[in-house]
Amino acid sequence: MPSRPVVARAPHPRVVRDDPDDLVLDADVLVIGGGPAGTWAAIAATEAGARVVVADKGYCGTSGVAATAGVGHWLVPPEPQIRDEEISVREAQGGYLSDRAWLQDILDEAWYRTELIPGWGYRPAAAPVRNPLAPVGRRSFAGTAPDYLRFLRGRTKRGGATILDHSPALELLIDDDGRVSGATGYQRQLGRTWTVLAGAVVVATGGTTWKSHSLGSDVDTGEGTLMAVEAGAHLSSMEFSNFYGMVPLGTSMDKNGFFIAASYWDHEGKPIEYRNLHSSRAELLAASTRGTISAQFTQFPVAAQPTVRAAMPNFFMVTDKLGIDPFREPFPIDWVQEGTVRGTGGVHVLDRDSWTGVDGLYAAGDAAARDRVVGAATGAGGPNLAWAIASGTWAGRAASRDAGRTGRPQRRQVHGAGERGLRTRDTHAGEPQWEQVQAAVQAEMHPIEKAAFRSDESLRTSGTSLERLWEQPRLLVPEQPSGLQAIRTREVAGMLATARWVIETARSRTETRGMHTRTDYPETDPAQSYRLLTGGLDSIWVEVDDELPVIGRAHEREHSLAVAR
Amino acid sequence: MIEVIDAERCTECDICVRVCPTNVFDAVPGGIPVIARHSDCQTCFQCEAWCPADAIFVSPSRTPEPAGSPLRDAAHLAENDLLGLYRERIGWRRGRDTTAPTSPPPSGDDYHRWATPPANDPLTSTTTTTSSRSTP
Repeated sequence: MPSRPVVARAPHPRVVRDDPDDLVLDADVLVIGGGPAGTWAAIAATEAGARVVVADKGYCGTSGVAATAGVGHWLVPPEPQIRDEEISVREAQGGYLSDRAWLQDILDEAWYRTELIPGWGYRPAAAPVRNPLAPVGRRSFAGTAPDYLRFLRGRTKRGGATILDHSPALELLIDDDGRVSGATGYQRQLGRTWTVLAGAVVVATGGTTWKSHSLGSDVDTGEGTLMAVEAGAHLSSMEFSNFYGMVPLGTSMDKNGFFIAASYWDHEGKPIEYRNLHSSRAELLAASTRGTISAQFTQFPVAAQPTVRAAMPNFFMVTDKLGIDPFREPFPIDWVQEGTVRGTGGVHVLDRDSWTGVDGLYAAGDAAARDRVVGAATGAGGPNLAWAIASGTWAGRAASRDAGRTGRPQRRQVHGAGERGLRTRDTHAGEPQWEQVQAAVQAEMHPIEKAAFRSDESLRTSGTSLERLWEQPRLLVPEQPSGLQAIRTREVAGMLATARWVIETARSRTETRGMHTRTDYPETDPAQSYRLLTGGLDSIWVEVDDELPVIGRAHEREHSLAVAR
Repeated sequence: MIEVIDAERCTECDICVRVCPTNVFDAVPGGIPVIARHSDCQTCFQCEAWCPADAIFVSPSRTPEPAGSPLRDAAHLAENDLLGLYRERIGWRRGRDTTAPTSPPPSGDDYHRWATPPANDPLTSTTTTTSSRSTP
């Protein structure tokens, strides 16, 4: 038996109080969210010797959209020509809003960090089968997602981090200087409050799909984003927040790379012209609004089918349970909203520390904007996982450095920074009504007719409905500011807040670009080749980011020609 | 959504209670866990993957199976080896011979990295690609 690889173990956080009704820990770094970004942040922080707590809403290792997905990180070796080729393709797909300089650093980090994984003792349960469609001769990282996330959990703990499962965060703690100094929440299986006092906090809470039931996304409800904004952070590219995943009809299985090689028919059996999933998206979505469309994986020769099945065990588990053979017969499909998970909007980070601009607060993974990575196109699995590693690593390292510079937070005065979904400013009793508000938000954000095809009129209508909800501060106020009900109200507050930022930003982009389809502005406007920043709670602002996209020279030429015309 | 915990197979280990990301189950002292919050199930299949007894079946449907559905019938599921199917597919079933495909999903959930077999790459192809049949 080979001995287990040794990893350096950081000191554990200090237990201040461990009572039946209250847990208080003292740490250097608190990571909120235990998916790939959160665990990579925790690993990086423990590597730097920090005392780390990871608080996961669910169970670190199963929580989030990555846990049942694939582990296909976007891995590109640091060779200029290969990099240029791969980035060029995505640059065009993303409407030229990405940033090459950032991408080089992100791809470097993903490349070198994944290289460490085998040495840390990662052993997938099943012998990895090489992806037959992957570039030949390139290092890839293989295994199933449950293996990977379970491994990341173990690696996080072996590094010395303390993991709190089933411990949703409810609000950030801020000291008198406005520095983020920890968070509080509720341990729902133990029925007690938790508080982590920390020198710095990493928000890695994912995006949101407004609980569309897309695979693993219902834990991603946007309250992490809300907490960051409450502390003073702002957002980027929130208009790119309406990607829809194709699923076998009625299911959650949106991990579906093979739909790229499918044929499609409308509800009357007429073939739908199909080029690729980017340029044909609008047609397929529009056809779905007229009736149920069908797909079939027509482009795989019989000999290749077993390998294809093996490459996506989750998808074919679903079709097998349904008794569908997707190679041989058309099967009905529909869509699930993937919101800011497969969209690119999120907390705007300012630098390669993944710093939010707020003292003590960092953001990583899908909670942060991925517009510099993929612009207006979806980050899907590969780029989002590369970003999770890079931003997580950066945030974890920087947060541990930052924490080392500050005084111990328990010696300072801290207060909760949360409001909407937790308490009102006045003393009136609130009305939780989270189910009603959730349904009302979903009614604006889920339907394809409203969210995939936007117009000033539809956005104005949605905006008015959402504003009416926000203007009732007694809505979503739980009977107690901590507890099971507060988890619900805070989640819905996160969904409502995110929906408002999305709608306001989408109104400001008067063109069609990437996944942002405006029926009233169907063309891409070269003069809008910039990213939009968004912020504010009661009063939302949207402005042009003066940090311009950084694109390749060939594309720059095309772009300046287009502007000249 | 989760439909079945097979009482005959369940060993009351309560792993499903711990790992469910949306806290659907409640542990029961001296009994098998109960599905306490069915409407919170997000159909992510994690409980089915982690259940060491192959006692769990998650239906692919985002909504509850209707009464009378065979996917709610433990006997039917056991007979067709559907309990714990996801666990088998990711290679987590122990002590059983399996020929089921278990392999890495490489860029599997990524729309943009996939290419079809080289003959017809949809990322670059501009031709309409439909099969020879015109109706489903």
